Amino acid sequence: MFEIVAFYLFAFLVIAMFSITVFTNNALYALSSLAAGMIFISAFFFILDADFLGVVQIIVYTGAVMALYAFGMMFFDTISEVKESVTNPKLTFLLSGLAALLVVFIFVAPLIGANAEALYPVHPEYGNAQDVGLVLFTKYLVPFEVAAVMLLVAMIGGIILAGKKMDISYTELSEKEIDDHKVDSEIAKDMK
Amino acid sequence: MTLNDYLILSTIIFFIGMIGVIRRKNLLMLFFSTEIMLNAVNIGMAAISKFHGDLTGQMFAFFIVAIAASEVAIGLGLLILLFKRKNTIDLDNISSMRG
Repeated sequence: MFEIVAFYLFAFLVIAMFSITVFTNNALYALSSLAAGMIFISAFFFILDADFLGVVQIIVYTGAVMALYAFGMMFFDTISEVKESVTNPKLTFLLSGLAALLVVFIFVAPLIGANAEALYPVHPEYGNAQDVGLVLFTKYLVPFEVAAVMLLVAMIGGIILAGKKMDISYTELSEKEIDDHKVDSEIAKDMK
Repeated sequence: MTLNDYLILSTIIFFIGMIGVIRRKNLLMLFFSTEIMLNAVNIGMAAISKFHGDLTGQMFAFFIVAIAASEVAIGLGLLILLFKRKNTIDLDNISSMRG
């Protein structure tokens, strides 16, 4: 009973939040509703006995990813209305039709995994976090390490990409030097 | 609650994200939509993990979370670079290759 109520409540909330994200024209609304939807999704992980995944979801998405997006939005002028023009409605129509067709194929496809056997069975006596740790650090150790390297590469890449031309510190310059520098850079931009 | 309920929910959320990818022209909004799609898949993975009594689904969900995090870091870096160059993040205005 509890599970059914929670499922439908959170399903409604998640779909509502993500619909706002997709259909609103205000970037700030989109960001906030996306963050809310991420937190509501973690509720499904708690319902499904994947406690550790739920905690990771909250920490990574609403902690790290959303903070990164909020930080990135400072660079773009998207606080105001996002102007979007759909110039090719035919293409949108075609793509939506293809997607709908794909769903039909997925639902009529025979279920192959119906009698699949558990490769790494759940141990209810351990608890989820311990169980996840056991499998992650034995069977999935190499992918785990590769994921760590990937995150490191992504971090370095992000710093290098976003940090280009940030070698001038405006806090150490005087007012006049900042004005001169701005004029210089604008001239350089016009030359291009 | 059966496995099908969770998979249908996962499909609905996935297609909300897909509508966003098809409809949106702003690159930042496109990133939001991809996050929605990745999360929808995560729900499906966790549901299969629970109803088959197998931890593999949760493992894949963890790796998807890691990939999503690195995607955001690289993607935002590229987006900031693009914004500095072209002063816009609208998809229609940044197409420079014309065939």
